[in-house]
Amino acid sequence: MNAILEMKGITKRFPGVVALKDVNLAVQPGEIHAICGENGAGKSTLMKVLSGVYPHGTYEGEIRFEGQEQRFESIRDSEDRGIAIIHQELALVPLMSIAENIFLGNELSSSGVIDNEATHRRTVELLKQVGLDASPEELITNLGVGKQQLVEIAKALAKECKLLILDEPTASLNENDSQALLDLLLEFKAQGMTMIMISHKLNEIARVADSVTVLRDGSTVRSMDCVDVPINEDEIIRHMVGREMADRYPHREPKIGDTVFEVRDWTVFHEQHADRKFIKGVNFHVRAGEILGIAGLMGAGRTELAMSIFGRTYGRNISGKVLLRGQEVDVSTVEKAVRHGIAYVTEDRKGYGLVLENEIKHNISLANLPGVSKRGVIDDGREYSVAKDFQRKMNIRCPDVFQYVGNLSGGNQQKVVLSKWLFAGPEVLILDEPTRGIDVGAKYEIYCLMAELAREGKCIILISSEMPELLGMADRLYVMNEGAFVAEMAVADASQEKIMRAIVKAGKN
Amino acid sequence: MNSVMQAVEPATGTVSASGFIKKNLREYGMLLSLVVIMVFFEYMTDGTLMQPLNLTNLVLQNSYIVIMALGMLLVIVAGHIDLSVGSVAGFIGGLAAVLMVEYHWHYLPATLACLAVGALIGGIQGYFIAFHRIPAFIVTLGGMLVFRGLALWLLHGQSVGPFPKGFQLLSSGFIPDPFGTDGLRVTSLLLGAAVALGFVYMNLKERANKIRYGAAAEPLGFLVGKNLAFAAAIIYLCYLLASYKGMPNVMVIMFALMLFYDFVTNRTTIGRRVYALGGNEKAARLSGIKTDRLSFYTFVNMGVLAALAGLIFAARLNTATPKAGVGFELDVIAACFIGGASATGGVGKVMGAVIGAFVMGVMNNGMSILGIGIDWQQVIKGVVLVAAVFVDVYNKNK
Repeated sequence: MNAILEMKGITKRFPGVVALKDVNLAVQPGEIHAICGENGAGKSTLMKVLSGVYPHGTYEGEIRFEGQEQRFESIRDSEDRGIAIIHQELALVPLMSIAENIFLGNELSSSGVIDNEATHRRTVELLKQVGLDASPEELITNLGVGKQQLVEIAKALAKECKLLILDEPTASLNENDSQALLDLLLEFKAQGMTMIMISHKLNEIARVADSVTVLRDGSTVRSMDCVDVPINEDEIIRHMVGREMADRYPHREPKIGDTVFEVRDWTVFHEQHADRKFIKGVNFHVRAGEILGIAGLMGAGRTELAMSIFGRTYGRNISGKVLLRGQEVDVSTVEKAVRHGIAYVTEDRKGYGLVLENEIKHNISLANLPGVSKRGVIDDGREYSVAKDFQRKMNIRCPDVFQYVGNLSGGNQQKVVLSKWLFAGPEVLILDEPTRGIDVGAKYEIYCLMAELAREGKCIILISSEMPELLGMADRLYVMNEGAFVAEMAVADASQEKIMRAIVKAGKN
Repeated sequence: MNSVMQAVEPATGTVSASGFIKKNLREYGMLLSLVVIMVFFEYMTDGTLMQPLNLTNLVLQNSYIVIMALGMLLVIVAGHIDLSVGSVAGFIGGLAAVLMVEYHWHYLPATLACLAVGALIGGIQGYFIAFHRIPAFIVTLGGMLVFRGLALWLLHGQSVGPFPKGFQLLSSGFIPDPFGTDGLRVTSLLLGAAVALGFVYMNLKERANKIRYGAAAEPLGFLVGKNLAFAAAIIYLCYLLASYKGMPNVMVIMFALMLFYDFVTNRTTIGRRVYALGGNEKAARLSGIKTDRLSFYTFVNMGVLAALAGLIFAARLNTATPKAGVGFELDVIAACFIGGASATGGVGKVMGAVIGAFVMGVMNNGMSILGIGIDWQQVIKGVVLVAAVFVDVYNKNK
């Protein structure tokens, strides 16, 4: 069979760096081709070359699509040939309707006047095709992330694409939505569409992909066919990181002490809908040196629980008690929570964790400015050496701590957020999706850090949507569903099936 | 992609002079353009620009813009804007006239009362902006109308003056000269020399500190050159002023405030928190910073500085008029943006705003001397504002 897409010897240089070195990619018609690699391996660059973001002439090499050589000058050109790309960050206009978004820039119109009827009709068809049960007039802002992703796909379908590129399509989706999306992709495949999927999640690749290409440091490391031979996840990881990774999680011997942190009857009402109880009387405790996992689907209220405890940064009419070593403490503002040794590392590091246009060292000291200042005056030297220390300890890859955090990769940004909170000297560390969107190598470093902190006797609360991560790192798990804890289990007795069962069973009641 | 793309450079010790200049071009670029503009007008006006009398006027004319720009910079860095400063300055000038001329208050309590009212005005506007999240643009647009109206009402639409002698000295006074020599005012010159020495000392100390804790410091040659140039410029300007009437009182106030706000923004926790607030309010709040209160205080501070500017302006004209301060807000905001502040908050430097204010001031003054009409002056100023920000943004994105 002839490949529908061939990229041969693609080399892309940026001032001072070679982002892609002689990359080859061949995609067969009607297959799902997965591309994986660490952050910085060049996956996104490769897709930008393919989709015309980097026009012909700015790279070396050849692109052949449907047997013909292509010289795309812009995204428009590649779209005209039937290549559509869905970016990791959704590009929808929140206050416009589904129909308006789907045909944005591609409006069904005659001489500039939009044909509302045709738009509506076509949108209904497209929504049916992607299995989204919503009115075309619905505003994007009223949809969850999962549904927004489906709208993006509908938008790509509206352009009558032959090759659909999905960049980390399930990165922000919960388990159910991810599964539904993967099923949809398989359905498209059955209808003969060709897809390229960039993903970090090896279990998803194993489920849907027909072949896998691994990139590392801008080069093609390996292409594998996996129709006949089942995918070996460890082998892919080995190619991605370029080293044997015997274990994805560091080995630890938990030394668990007395209960340090306890939350009783925690009840929170929804921030916008004041009569809606969002967190329903949650009780939990963490012991010294323990890693406590909180599992649950997206929207279960885990982030809201953590943020409401951390200085009431979420919700209203909050009631309940927080105890530290048996003593009730006041955590009604972030400042007070921090003073009592509680730290919350947000799931949204760009939105809530970092000041992107500030230097690394300024970000690290932000939660503990008194620690680097005297009577309100900052000691630059102290601040610098604190930041330098963390750069070394956390292995933050950057030329110097004067650099803006906005220029760092996701994994390094996450390390800066963690440094900030470690510098605040917490006793209880709440980590909300600490490894989301970062590469395998950096993940491992963060796991090691968690293990180290637990060994020092700190309490760690790990909120994660990735069940293997919870099972690999936590000592004990709570399962949360619809604002309540529905199960507690020691990790030794837990499994993915057990967690899912707890959620499903709770949903039925 | 990012991790591959980071070119690693040596992190410790000194960097090369050319590399350093390139990296800091943005910071010094503005200063350089000010110098270029000054040289240009000095040449075009056949030396009138730098004549001691004109230089003194230049300082007096711009002092209130500079003082308001200090407060505006904090407001803009915090992610807000204040359109009401011109009206507030006018209103406070009127209030001062009513208190001193109609009610015969002594100038000291009257000045303090005016500053307090300025704080109150800033507080009221800040209250709605910070605690009720009404956009600053709207609140201060309202304030602009309200305080212009109140100024008209307070002065019954007429000019009120003259002010008591003591109050006039705020603007028209010069620092005393106990040496009493004719011609050259030695105190002013000595003060200038002291400032220059202090500047050199601070720079040397900062560099020594940086080397002590191992951060990349300025190359020595560059430092020496920079300091010599700065010290020479300061002493020369002071010499020019000293050969007329000496340093104006306003200049001392302005300079002290400049140093104070530069210190606050660069070295204190409050300054750091304002930058974090403007850069990412949510992240700042989750780091334990009381963002609402901080926004509120930036407006209180702005109110006080607008009041001070209003007093200086009134003292300079020796009357309070209902039209005083019209359009000041535009000059002040323009100064901040020319000086490199970002309209989205989180970015901007005090010294940049000061330089921006002088860029506008020198252009106003130079074009007036050249006899360019007010029509074209406005066109040119508008073009310069957009061009300056364009160059800034273009360089940043490159």
